[in-house]
Amino acid sequence: MAMPTRAVRLNGSEVTADYESAGTGTSQASEPLLYWLRDRLDQHGPRFGCGIAQCGACTVLLDGAATRSCVRQMHTVADEADIRTLDGLAAPGGEPHPLQRAFTALQAAQCGFCANGLIMGSLAWLESRIAAGNNAVPTEQEIKDFLSGASPDNTRNYLCRCGTHTRIVAAVGAAAKEMIG
Amino acid sequence: MTTVASPSRRQFLAGAGAIAVGFSLLGTGVAAADSAAAGSEGEGGEVRVDDPAGAPTQSWLVLTEDAITVFSGKVELGTGVQTSLTQIVVEELRLGVGDVRYVQGDTLLNVDQGLTAGSKSVQVGGVQLRQAAATAFAELSRRAAKALGVDPSKLRAADGRFTARGRTVGYAELLRTGTTVLPLDTTAPVRDPRDYVVVGTSQPRVDLPGKFDATFRFLHDIVPAGTLHGRVVRPPGRNARNPVIGNLDRAKAIDGVVAVVQQERFIGVVATSQWAAARAASPTTGITVIWDQGPALIQQADLPTALRDPANHYATVVEKDDGVAPVLAASDHVLTAQYFTPFQMHGTMGASTAVADVRPAPDPDTGIQATVWSGTQGVTALRGAIAGLLGLSPAAVRVIYEEASGCYGHDGVDDCAADAALLSQAVGAPVRVQWLRADEHGWEPYGGAQAHDMTAALGPKGITAWSHVIYAPTANSRPSAKNPGTLLAGALKGLLPDPLPATSVDSSGRNAPVTYGFPQRVEAHLIKSFETTGPASAAPSAPLTYRIPRTTAMRSLGGFSNSFANESFFDELAHAAGRDPLALRIASLPDPRAVAVCKALRDTWENRPTGGNGVGAGVAFQQYEVVNAYVATYVELHVDGATGQIHVDRVVVAHDCGLVINPNGLRNQIEGNVVQGISRALKEEVHYAGDAVTSLSWSSATPGAQYDVIRFNEVPQIRTILIDRPDQPPLGAGEPAIGTMPGAIGNAVFAATGIRFRTLPLTPDRVLAALNG
Ligand code: FES
Ligand code: FES
Repeated sequence: MAMPTRAVRLNGSEVTADYESAGTGTSQASEPLLYWLRDRLDQHGPRFGCGIAQCGACTVLLDGAATRSCVRQMHTVADEADIRTLDGLAAPGGEPHPLQRAFTALQAAQCGFCANGLIMGSLAWLESRIAAGNNAVPTEQEIKDFLSGASPDNTRNYLCRCGTHTRIVAAVGAAAKEMIG
Repeated sequence: MTTVASPSRRQFLAGAGAIAVGFSLLGTGVAAADSAAAGSEGEGGEVRVDDPAGAPTQSWLVLTEDAITVFSGKVELGTGVQTSLTQIVVEELRLGVGDVRYVQGDTLLNVDQGLTAGSKSVQVGGVQLRQAAATAFAELSRRAAKALGVDPSKLRAADGRFTARGRTVGYAELLRTGTTVLPLDTTAPVRDPRDYVVVGTSQPRVDLPGKFDATFRFLHDIVPAGTLHGRVVRPPGRNARNPVIGNLDRAKAIDGVVAVVQQERFIGVVATSQWAAARAASPTTGITVIWDQGPALIQQADLPTALRDPANHYATVVEKDDGVAPVLAASDHVLTAQYFTPFQMHGTMGASTAVADVRPAPDPDTGIQATVWSGTQGVTALRGAIAGLLGLSPAAVRVIYEEASGCYGHDGVDDCAADAALLSQAVGAPVRVQWLRADEHGWEPYGGAQAHDMTAALGPKGITAWSHVIYAPTANSRPSAKNPGTLLAGALKGLLPDPLPATSVDSSGRNAPVTYGFPQRVEAHLIKSFETTGPASAAPSAPLTYRIPRTTAMRSLGGFSNSFANESFFDELAHAAGRDPLALRIASLPDPRAVAVCKALRDTWENRPTGGNGVGAGVAFQQYEVVNAYVATYVELHVDGATGQIHVDRVVVAHDCGLVINPNGLRNQIEGNVVQGISRALKEEVHYAGDAVTSLSWSSATPGAQYDVIRFNEVPQIRTILIDRPDQPPLGAGEPAIGTMPGAIGNAVFAATGIRFRTLPLTPDRVLAALNG
């Protein structure tokens, strides 16, 4: 059976790939965006942490919004959607993004498995604040609440199991300062 | 050329020349110096080394003009071990921090290195590696002295060059002059710590930039060409039996499904894609499995009583007895208290993953028939266990370590590797198994629930006698090379695990003894995890029937629970005696290094909140494993009287782990211990009912009690005070600090509320009930 295909903009480039789908109409189900990105498009940033939208490890930006790709089915992703992953976050010349620089400067990881979600989730948050004209550097408490899913902008919790929290919060704050300029 | 993957033979590409030093990372094998490794130069610039039979396990430090390589079985666990070891190597070689290449955890390239566990990678490996680097440097110096025609004492080394009398020769040039294979020279002079340039500085971790730009490859990114995808379907409970698979045709009709595999109670599916495998494994779209329900476990609510019930013990061990009975009997001020901590899980961030490629026949060149990629802490043991599972000889199995998410002990990774191996063997193609979160939460081997009976006598000068009785299941069910029944898949296939261990010493009993000066007695009652062949038998009876969930090594083993009981009870005694808890610790500790970490907290302690009104501070001390790193911890918190919520506001840790290699890396590890310790003290508990674990997700958004862990807005400010001891050997820092956390928290809650909590976790419900009660 021929598989449906999806054409999106991934980190600025047009890409097209098949995805698996079953059923039609309201009973349609399809491959999660996470598998599609990892297994068909060779992306390594988004990771399988829980598969049930509870940890953030799989976070990508879908049309600018932080999206838990483990539960986002491909048939609900529009053609021409704009997807950004950690793999494409550095500038084309390889210059790291302020978030990447801050995470390195503050050594904000132990195993680093959570880093994708924390960087991409914070990226979407900070960019959307800036786009909305909010140029205040978020306070430590705001960052903590954001990452805990306890802020007006976000109800989804991010996990780090290694306990690198204080460094991550500091890194997001340092990057925010730089991004806001 | 035919190479047999013999565990005693290694080959390096030496190029034009090399210095290779054999050593043991286990630390016990200094005798390597006597049993000189034999080296010979082969064709194509390859050096072959044969470890003599019976030699201690060997690692190799190899210097060529192109690279410094460490062949080791040690594994990087995301705590910056590799960076610290590199600092040690380049320090002895008088180089800056450059690239030292590590060939880690591969049973083809390495011999058995034991396990990377218990936070000792730097403690044990570092000392050995330092001596190996010193041995190599002595040989380099010898060559340089010859090249420059001077006495070695006249040489100065820096930046990859030797200088003497205004003449210079580079390491590269010296290395080109020939190949030397050396045993470890335990007398090779090491650098004076006062001259250290690299050790003791905060070098950034070598692995981190790649983890922040997705170029680092975790185990989870390994997908060899042609790899199929597997999912497992577990029983509904520990003791469920006789599965009958239904809807097989529905599963097989899914595009891409290759096979449904059943071997006794082990069930899995294999497909060409993850999604197809997921659908085939799901009871709503794929197979359905009907099971006979098995006997219930000891019920969770009954654990504190049941753990103390002799009917559930297979052995009793007196770990230590300084003769406390007469002192207790004669005292007119004896206190007792009972403590309990629940089952907890490692809960690695990335659900376990593995890839296995099991071929129908061995490779004619290498003899390898099965290759397994795993995040295991012990490649050699896993190789043996998987070989047994597959019916192959260990020499036909190659296990390659790849870094997974932080594991904090023996978690699901080994079992997942076994799943992949069985599925790959069944379909004759490489299979990658991705556990789901519910597989991990429901089936990883946990840290054990423990109960404690504490008794002590108080005299006018302080504590005069101390007794600690623990009731604990095993803290070690790691894979054993000889028994595939030690893997979950093996047990599901009907094999039996190893008998339960005969002792609690440095296992479930880790840190049960205290290092205070008063006499003590430690007795451990060992819990039957499963039905055994007799009342006092540690051997499982068939069919395997669990009484409690399977338990194993989890960060600090029994130490977390034991230190909670010890340090809480110490606090109870201090209050009963009307003594300051920190001062009484200082007065009771004979070891000056122990006293020093406690004194480092004194300023903070003296300026603590006065206590009461829901705000309070507490301290705790432990010396990890009684002989290693010293930690004293201060915790300040507040308790919300309306919700019962505890919020830790501030933590200060004073830490002495000997010579500090990388201060910032060390602080990062300590902070991780603090945060995970708070999470375990306040939130974490495995829930189960009947014989089935019910806490299968992270979030209380899922109905029922789940495995809730700490959130970003629950993390305190953390300060670490590092006491550097350049003249002392480095001690492991991966887990000493976590043991102080529950005691310090409990003591702070007592200061804040006047209520002594003796059961973890300190959830809002539990706290509120006590506040209202
Ligand atoms: S993997 Fe998607 S949120 Fe955890
Ligand atoms: S650094 Fe390991 S999960 Fe965050």
